[in-house]
Amino acid sequence: MKTISTFVGSLLLLLTLTLSGPVAAQGFDELVTDLSAKSFNAKIKAVEKVAETGDDRAAAVLRAMLEGRLFERKEDGKVFITTREGRAYVLTDPLTLKEVGQVKSSTLKKIKVNNRLRGVLNGALGSLTLLSKDPVKRASAAEAVFKNRSADDIPALEKAMERETDAGVKAKMEMALAAIQLTADSPEEIKIAAVDVLTGHPTPEVRALLGGVVQSEQVESVAKAAAEALSDIERRLAFFNAIGNVFQGLSLGSVLLLAAVGLAITFGVMGVINMAHGELVMLGAYTTFMVQEVFRAYFPGAFDWSVIVAIPLAFGVSGLFGIAIERGVIRYLYGRPLETLLATWGLSLILQQLVRSLFGPTNRDVGSPSWMSGSVEVTGGLVLTYNRMWIIFFSLLVLGLLLLVIRKTAFGLQMRAVTQNRQMAGSMGIRTGYVDALTFGLGAGIAGVAGVALSQIDNVSPNLGQAYIIDSFMVVVFGGVGNLWGTLVGAFSLGIINKFLEPFAGTVLAKILVLIAIILFIQKRPRGLFALKGRAVEA
Amino acid sequence: MEHRRSGFSFLLTDRGGQILLGLLLAAIILVPILNLWVPESSPFHMSTFLVGLFGKYLSFALLALSVDLIWGFCGILSLGHGAFFALGGYAMGMHLMREIGDRGVYGNPILPDFMVFLNWKELPWYWYGFDFFPFAMLMVVLAPGILAFLFGWFAFRSRVSGVYLSIITQALTFALMLAFFRNDMGFGGNNGLTDFKDLLGFDLQQDSTRVGLFIATAVALALGYALCRFIVSSRLGSVLVSIRDADSRTRFLGYRVEHYQLFVFTVSAMLAGVAGALYVPQVGIINPSEFAPANSIEIVIWVAIGGRGTLYGAVLGAIVVNYAKTYFTGVLPEIWLFALGAMFVLVTILLPKGIVGSVPAFDLSKTFLKKPEDATDDGREAAGGRV
Amino acid sequence: MSLETINALISNPAADHPATENETILYLDGVSVSFDGFKALNELSFYVLAGELRAIIGPNGAGKTTMMDVVTGRTKPDEGRVEFNGGIDLTRLDEARIANLGIGRKFQKPTVFENHTVFENLELALKGHRGVFSSLFFRLAPEERTRVEEVLETIALADQRLDDAGSLSHGQKQWLEIGMLLMQEPELLLVDEPAAGMTDAETEQTAELLKRIAGRHSVVVVEHDMEFVRSLESRVTVLHEGSVLAEGSLDTVQNDARVIEVYLGR
Repeated sequence: MKTISTFVGSLLLLLTLTLSGPVAAQGFDELVTDLSAKSFNAKIKAVEKVAETGDDRAAAVLRAMLEGRLFERKEDGKVFITTREGRAYVLTDPLTLKEVGQVKSSTLKKIKVNNRLRGVLNGALGSLTLLSKDPVKRASAAEAVFKNRSADDIPALEKAMERETDAGVKAKMEMALAAIQLTADSPEEIKIAAVDVLTGHPTPEVRALLGGVVQSEQVESVAKAAAEALSDIERRLAFFNAIGNVFQGLSLGSVLLLAAVGLAITFGVMGVINMAHGELVMLGAYTTFMVQEVFRAYFPGAFDWSVIVAIPLAFGVSGLFGIAIERGVIRYLYGRPLETLLATWGLSLILQQLVRSLFGPTNRDVGSPSWMSGSVEVTGGLVLTYNRMWIIFFSLLVLGLLLLVIRKTAFGLQMRAVTQNRQMAGSMGIRTGYVDALTFGLGAGIAGVAGVALSQIDNVSPNLGQAYIIDSFMVVVFGGVGNLWGTLVGAFSLGIINKFLEPFAGTVLAKILVLIAIILFIQKRPRGLFALKGRAVEA
Repeated sequence: MEHRRSGFSFLLTDRGGQILLGLLLAAIILVPILNLWVPESSPFHMSTFLVGLFGKYLSFALLALSVDLIWGFCGILSLGHGAFFALGGYAMGMHLMREIGDRGVYGNPILPDFMVFLNWKELPWYWYGFDFFPFAMLMVVLAPGILAFLFGWFAFRSRVSGVYLSIITQALTFALMLAFFRNDMGFGGNNGLTDFKDLLGFDLQQDSTRVGLFIATAVALALGYALCRFIVSSRLGSVLVSIRDADSRTRFLGYRVEHYQLFVFTVSAMLAGVAGALYVPQVGIINPSEFAPANSIEIVIWVAIGGRGTLYGAVLGAIVVNYAKTYFTGVLPEIWLFALGAMFVLVTILLPKGIVGSVPAFDLSKTFLKKPEDATDDGREAAGGRV
Repeated sequence: MSLETINALISNPAADHPATENETILYLDGVSVSFDGFKALNELSFYVLAGELRAIIGPNGAGKTTMMDVVTGRTKPDEGRVEFNGGIDLTRLDEARIANLGIGRKFQKPTVFENHTVFENLELALKGHRGVFSSLFFRLAPEERTRVEEVLETIALADQRLDDAGSLSHGQKQWLEIGMLLMQEPELLLVDEPAAGMTDAETEQTAELLKRIAGRHSVVVVEHDMEFVRSLESRVTVLHEGSVLAEGSLDTVQNDARVIEVYLGR
């Protein structure tokens, strides 16, 4: 019984859809064609229908109609928005709002408008989307009004503001109203009040508007108020821009920190140059990919957990590879750093080719869990994405845990002892070989964890590690070898410097400038920012 | 030490060098005969492709020689020597581009094709003079030489050494690679410089030109070898080895270590530039990928495999490794990176002296697993960052 | 070795203007050096007269090696003055320039160029010829060769002249390093634990050699071996925690209560 009712229900639903389909499909394009109807009554109906769609394109079409710029092409009756250019007309397709070409006026027929229709059009335009149920649409309508700045919009805007409940949208409407008041023929005090309102909304658009007003305004007091407001807004915009750069820089810095902190351990604490570090990061990213494949196949519901599960696994995989590298190669090369560098470079080639043979040379798709997707807009132009915020947090967490291990655990103590005086530590019963292997494993494991994070923001390919290795070396060298705090400061300052240079120099040039700056910096302080003097070397 | 006394006597006691120079002389005589005068049908005919290939190997050998001069004798491991090679190559490439004249696709008599394509109106100032061959040849040595001098002046004066130096040389070549990839730099961006027509009026596609380039490369290698041998056999060479083994002791003897390092680094960069200039007309292209850090590290493995600190070992290593590369990338491309990677690992652990250092002895057990206590203090300290 | 050889060896520029008794060759005033909070030298002040042989003793960490590092330009002091030979400020100069002014140094751990022959080691230490380009075309002059041969005899390594220095015994390396110092013909020699790793006979000969060098050269010896210090028959400076604790003849300092407490008494 139940199945039958469900069946009937579905059938009914299907029927409704089929029936209403053409109406919906008639949607915009056909409604626009209806605007060229012969009788004004029909036109009025069509205008109302177009307005009801709340479609983004409706305002443009209706405004064009109001201004007498809406034409019908004689040959096929298609409706176009036009702009006159000499004797010809430039056609804009109302469906795409893109220019489609130029024609002679003789091929077109104007869609006529009478006073009654003008009234309807004005009303329709005003309420078109300002009264829409969707706050996003209302907000964009307010933005559109802000841009058009037509005094005709004032009544509709005021009406909408009365009803508006959403504070954000209401603020946008206030801005729009103030913008109209400021640019239209308003009394002096209203204009000054409008400037006041606009000062509260520091956005690039307001800056542009005020800039124009300062140039053209005749009334001195208004121009002065606008100039003051402009400088105020410029200051605040510069500040937001700086905050945005700092965030971008912190985000880049946290990536560098993750990639470099493992290196800082092997390079700083053990004096080993591990050129295969980037490939250990890459292995971590591929581990994340494998874990996600398993989740997709067997536990699709728990996909959000896949990244969490990948962290310990990536630590383990890269850590084990690290221990194998230390026991298999590096321990024969202690005290010969240049040879270590070459041997580990060889290992990096082997690991890259291994992954390329197993997984192919192309990028692998690693998804983000839902809690890492999305972003929050703090204010005009300043958008912070969640995945970047997570990575900043995560990099600090990893550094914190690492410091804890080094400072508070027995292993950390042994590690520091071996670092400071290998022979003494050995003669006191510390198995230095064992400590070396575990230290290297720890650095490698952190590289793997970094790979999990990088898989969320970068392409997972066999070349992933190569992209980061030079940058991470720069961080370690800049921050000062053998000092994790130096690595922290080095990573974040390099990230931030990079992001502050980018607007002026472009991405590539900024990178080059940073590299040159580091090369020069190393000349000045060969031991880095946090150089350790004398004999004391601490992690 | 008695051998550094007079004239060219520095070559008299150098068995390996004599063999190398003899082989180069033989190649200079035989290659033209085998390519130009032996008919193609004969089994002894050497194809122009092979001539170009060996010419390329010899330019790599000169590059390896330049790396051995600083690494083998002065302990400076440059991971950015590809940059000097590429700069020399670009200087030659710029001359070849100007030689094209109005025979380019766009037929512009002044501007190279890529500039026309990018809508450039006039030749950038730094391209002036490159139409004049002697000026271009001067730049082949000066461009890398000046860069090496400036870089070395900063680095050695502040005593950046060991792995630090290696890492910043790598950063240097990486930065240059990024820079040359930019179209605005005026060096052809991504595509680099190519479509060369002729050199000094000789058509680059002609067999005789290819043979001429081969001979020029062989002669340059011979002269480069003699120069390096002269340097390392002099008192200056002894000081370089002293710096390599105990730099602070050398300082306390009153030697200005940074001057010696700067001298040899600059000479080495110039040699690398010459190698690059000889490489470009033989392969017909120079692009920013020559600056890739991986290329520079590969040069080091040629030297390590051949046997560093011997000069002729570097030449041998460059030829052997590149022959293997040509062979493997043709037959089993995936295998090549495994093989190259394995070479890095095995040579550093099992053959620290390379082929040259190990073959005469035929005693691998001696060099098997060099023990940590053989390490020099300098290395350990440099790595730990606490000199 | 004969007295003549030694005298011949130490005929150097200093001989052209022989040092007078009262001339100060090395003068340290309030020199302090600290490493990450650890004060290696604490307002160290003392002076060495021209031609004097001075022994410096002190427990581990007293600052003996750091003092030598400061004088030879390896470590820059945080504060204080270091003057050489009538007012040359050493704190502004680097190692090479200080060495060329006439200060030679022998390290605690013998450091010779292991991949060079014994002859080459001495040849490299030969006074003069430090320029890059001149070294490219350098040839050993006959009188210079004679001088190398003389030093080879002095340090008893004539038979090993063509051996790599790396193949020498520990004691031989010590002597080779002293030989290199002699080739440098310095006005002031800083010698760090020269007797370490030597046989008794060698130790005795070393002391003899140092005593003879002094007079024309000034010599500062850091040593742990009390027998060796006694055989030097020189003034002794005792360092403790980076400053001078006592100074005088060995007997005087050995009877000093504070010295006994911090060093000898333990």
